[in-house]
Order: sequence, then structure tokens, then C-alpha cells
Amino acid sequence: MQQDKGLTNLPEPSLLHRVMVMITIPAVVVALYLVFIWSPVERQMGVVQKIFYFHVGSAWNAFLAFGVVAVFSILFLITRKRIYDMIAGVSAEIGVVFTAIVLTTGPIWGRSAWNVWWNWEPRLTTTVILFFIYIAYITVRSLDMEWQKKGRLSAVLGVIGAINVPIVYMSVRWWESTLHPVVMGEGVEESGGGMEPSMLFTFIFTVLTMTLVYTVLMQKGIYIEKLRIHVAKLKAKQQEKMIS
Amino acid sequence: MIQSNNIIKTIGEKMILRGMNLEIASGETVAIIGPNGAGKSTWLKITAGLLKPTEGSLLIDEEPLKKDKYELQQIIGYLGHQSFLYEHFSPVENLRFFAKLYHVKKPDKRIDDLIEEVGLTFFKYEPVRSFSRGMIQRLAIARAILHDPKILLLDEPHTGLDQQAVDILNKVILRLKKKGVTVVLVTHDFPQVIKTCDRVIILKNGRVKDDIPLEGQDVNWLYTHYERQAIHS
Amino acid sequence: MKNLLLPALVIAGKDLYSEWKTRQIVTTMLIFSSLIIVTFSFAFDPSNQSVRVLIPGMIWIITIFAAILGLNRSFTTEQSNDHIHAFVVAPIDASSVFLGKFIANFIFVLIVQIIAIPLLFLLFDFRVLTIESIFYLVGIIFLGTFGFVSVGTFLAALSSNSKSSEMLLPILLLPLATPVVIAAVQATRIVLIDLEKLSSAMSWMQLMIAYDLIFFVAGLLLFEYVLEV
Repeated sequence: MQQDKGLTNLPEPSLLHRVMVMITIPAVVVALYLVFIWSPVERQMGVVQKIFYFHVGSAWNAFLAFGVVAVFSILFLITRKRIYDMIAGVSAEIGVVFTAIVLTTGPIWGRSAWNVWWNWEPRLTTTVILFFIYIAYITVRSLDMEWQKKGRLSAVLGVIGAINVPIVYMSVRWWESTLHPVVMGEGVEESGGGMEPSMLFTFIFTVLTMTLVYTVLMQKGIYIEKLRIHVAKLKAKQQEKMIS
Repeated sequence: MIQSNNIIKTIGEKMILRGMNLEIASGETVAIIGPNGAGKSTWLKITAGLLKPTEGSLLIDEEPLKKDKYELQQIIGYLGHQSFLYEHFSPVENLRFFAKLYHVKKPDKRIDDLIEEVGLTFFKYEPVRSFSRGMIQRLAIARAILHDPKILLLDEPHTGLDQQAVDILNKVILRLKKKGVTVVLVTHDFPQVIKTCDRVIILKNGRVKDDIPLEGQDVNWLYTHYERQAIHS
Repeated sequence: MKNLLLPALVIAGKDLYSEWKTRQIVTTMLIFSSLIIVTFSFAFDPSNQSVRVLIPGMIWIITIFAAILGLNRSFTTEQSNDHIHAFVVAPIDASSVFLGKFIANFIFVLIVQIIAIPLLFLLFDFRVLTIESIFYLVGIIFLGTFGFVSVGTFLAALSSNSKSSEMLLPILLLPLATPVVIAAVQATRIVLIDLEKLSSAMSWMQLMIAYDLIFFVAGLLLFEYVLEV
């Protein structure tokens, strides 16, 4: 019985995952060094500017994670393969963490750049909505149903949510420009354009490192999911034995 | 008429059907029996098009049952555990709604006849809410055969019915049988199996355990045979 | 056609007829929206003229909450006797269930708005309406409600799979409806308060049309996945 053999062998983390962990740990250390020690302190904002590296890196990963959710939701609806459902689910969980980072670092940045904790700037507002869509998605995933049904419903929500994000961005942008005709602080973009080379390098390096962290977390999450399924299967098998 | 090729169905982590192979010819009346959790209802739901098989295929009239197979859905009548009836509507209103969904021509005459056949003429305009279990089930069977299906799938139709309701139900089944309708009956009620069916299939652990013609057999034989097949082996 | 539009009308007709008999959903929605209006008048002094600027927001808050109330019922009533299964088995397109439910919900919400919005204007003594602004207001309400109800119907079907669907629906619906809510409130504000900026209201209406189309079509296409058992 092929199935029985599959049950006795625990799933193992892949070689790729081990290599990735080996790369990611030093990369994170280097990134921290570059951000806090190597890169110069910005003249106007001082040390607070350093949060920008993490802020943008997390924002990029949050949107990437949601993109992954959307793509794998569509794949799941077409093929109904469980692995796609797992990838989408894990990606959403990681995405919500990155979104939370964006939403905490954003106000800190805003306080020192624009002297307010929060403003309804399009990118920030879109991130808030994204955060809520993620929460809705995870709520659906935590419903008590068999995985086939749960996967189907959450995949549908993933697709709808992904369609919605650009529309939200557009409408918030529009709304913001009618409410506050003076578009305040093109802060993030400005520093993105006219950055000093060392800052730019640090910035790119941090974003790449955070993407690496995302990938490692993804692999870890999928591995945990696999173990979970393995346990459920063993349990189901044991129950069957007890009954008959 | 119905052809089930190696159907496997997994729900959650549980494998409910493990390779269901079954062929039912046109005009047969077949009972499917078996212990709880053997996959009887699941197989019937797949046949009705309510569930999709994980693997394998289900052919009706040599055609796979997929979504948008409206012609196939049109010839299947399905009665599940629930009646599908709206509680605040009267029998006539309920049947009229389903008649429209199934594009029944001249619905009013047909609805009148059916309501009479299941003995609910007197309650025609009462809301279903006030009905007893037996009356609801009688109306539900009228709903299932409203569109003159060629295949009738019944999931435990006799459960919780009194003698009168059982008789009405059997009469309907036998009338359809004479008309050449294929009837598949999932049930635990052996006397009714003997009364109505000409073939019985015993299911166990998601597979067909036994497949026997019923001609000339009585209830006691069926009980002993079932015990041998489904419980002891 | 035979398997999409006709069954949709049959299902919508069934819902409307059922509502005509029981008068449950629309009555509850109406009472609820009147209560919101009364609560508004406690929260914001109606005699104060500056409260006028809040009227557009109030219109849409009433719509959103009353609609959620009705949407919740829309599919839970189909759950009690597994009517959804009857729809899957019947020779109809899955999208027709969406279409039928959408039509019924849309009509319910419109009925509530026809009564609740004039009531709001009355109680808050809002009298600066012209024929032109009423004309545009009707258009905006139609577009905004269309978008909100189409996403709402879809998500109501999705959340009805859960046992606590009344709690799940608002969580799913409000973030996804953000664009249409923003657009509807902005367009209403312009039409009611400064009609000179009409061109801006027009572009908001275009955004609503785009949103309505996208989510209506997405709902039609994806509904079969929601309906599967």
C-alpha cells in the first residue's frame, strides 16, 4: 500500500529550505548592520528615517504576499490541488504580519515627517483596507469545515480581494486629493528618488533580505501545514482501526 | 442508465468512497443498503450531481454528469434528507416554484394531480410549516417527481413515516416503476425494499460488497443475508 | 438564456412573493433604518445647520447597515431545508441563483431607501433640494446600491456556509465595499451640497459604474464555486 508507506514517513524540510535559512540568517545580520551603522543618518529627520527601510520592505512584502494569495487561489480553483490552497493560506498569514509592521511603522514615520500619527494618505489607507481583507480571508480559513470547502471559499475571497485592492487604491487616491487639495509630504517617494547612494544600497539590500525572510517563512509554513495534515491523516487512520 | 466507474470521494481527510463500481440499467428499481458511514448517501449525492467525485467518473445515459449538463439534470429527480420545501409556502406554491425551475409545461394540472396522488388535496393551500413529518415527506416526493424524471434518487424516504404515508410512497414508487423509471433507493427499511425493489446492493466501507437480484426472496432471507455480508465479514 | 435569466427571475419572484406574504425582511430593515435616523438625531443636533454636511454620510450608513441586515437573511433562509442543494440539482446555471438573489436584494434595499431617505431629509430639515440634484441623487443611489448589493449578495452566499454567518458577513463585506462607499458618499455630498462641482461627481459615478460592472461580472463568474456542496 503506497498510502501506508506515505504515512510512516514524516515529511522532511527540503534541502532548498535549509540552504535558504543558511543564506537568510547572515543576510539579516548584514541588513541590520547596513541600516543602523553603515548608512548615514538623514539630515532632516534624523534616526527616525531608518524606519523607512523596514516600512517599505514590509509594505512590498505585504503586497507580494497578497499577490501570491491571489495567484494560488486562482490555481486552486482550477486544479483543486491541496498544495496551492496551503501556499495561499500560509502566504496570507505571513502577509498579515508584514501588513501589521507597515501599519505600526507608518504612524511612527508620519509623526516625525508630517507631525501627525495618521493621515489618510492613499498608500497607508490602502494598506489598512488590505489588512482588513487579510483578516476576513483568515477568518474564512479558520471556519470549521472540511479543507476542500474551506479552500474553495477562501480562494474565491482571495480572488475578489485581489481585484479589489487596486480599485481601493484608486478611489482612496482620488478621495484624498479632493479632501486635501494640498497633497502633503510626498515623503516616501522623495527619499526614494533623491537618495544618497549608500542609502539606496541599504534600501535595496533590506528589501531583498525581507523578501528572503518571506520566502523562508513560506517554506516553514508549508512544512508545518504538511505535518499538520500528516497528523490528521494518522488520526483518521487510527480512528478507522478502532471502529472496525 | 447510471454507470459509476471507480468513484473515489474524499471529504476532509476521510475517504468515504473507495472505488465504487456500479451499473444500473434503465427501468431497474435498486435498493442500496449498508451500515452507517458506508457511503450510501454520498454516492447518491454524486449521482444527483450535488457532489463531485474526487476521482473516477459518473455516466448517466453514457454521458458524464458535469455542470451545465442541463439535459441530464432535467431527467434526474432527487429527494435528499431535507425536503427542499419552503415552510411558509403552501404545497401549491412550493410545487409551482419548482415547476418553473424545471420548465414544466402546464404546471397547474400536473400539480393538482400530484397533490391528489400523495393525498394532500385537503391541505393544498395550508402553509407547509404546520405539516407533520409524514405530510412533508409526501409533498417532498411529489416535488421530486414533478418534472417526470427518468431517474429517481431517494435517500431514506421511509424514515419517520407512518404506515399510511409508507403505503402512499410505495404506491408512487411502484407506479413509476411500471412507467419504466429507474429508481435508486438508499434505505435501512428492509420490508420496503422487498416490496418495491428488484435488486439490492450492499455497500460497506465505500465499496460494493454484494449485488444480488431480489426475485422471490422474503424479508427474513434479506436480514440473514445482510447480516452475513455487512456485519460479520 | 433559458437556464440563466428565466430561473433568475423565478428565484427573484419567489423571494419577492415570500416577502409579500411575510413582510419580514423589509419591515425589519425599515424599522432598523428609522432607528438609526433617530439615533443620528440624538448624536448630531438636527437644529444645527452645520449638521447638513453629515447628511450624505448618513444616507450611506443607513443603506449599508439596513442592507447587511437584509443580506444576512437572503441566504440563511435558503439553508434551513437545504434549498441551496435543490438549486444545484436543478437544471439551472449557478449564476442564475446569484442573479435572482441580487435582483430581490436590490429591490428590498431600494424600497427601504425610498422611505428612509426622505424621512432623513424631513427629520433633519434638509430643504435645499432642486429637481436637478434629485435627479442626480437618484442615479448615484442606484449605482452605489447596485455595487454594494452585488458584492453583498456574493459574500452573503459565501458566509452562509458558516454557522455564524451574521457575524462573518460585515467583516467580509465592509473592506471589499470600500471603493463604492467612498465614491457614493463623495458623489452624494457634491450633489447635495455643492452642485457646482458636478463634473467631479460625474467622475465618481464613473468609478461606481466600473466597480459595479467588475464585481457584478466577478460575482456571476465565481458564484458556481460558492454554490458547490
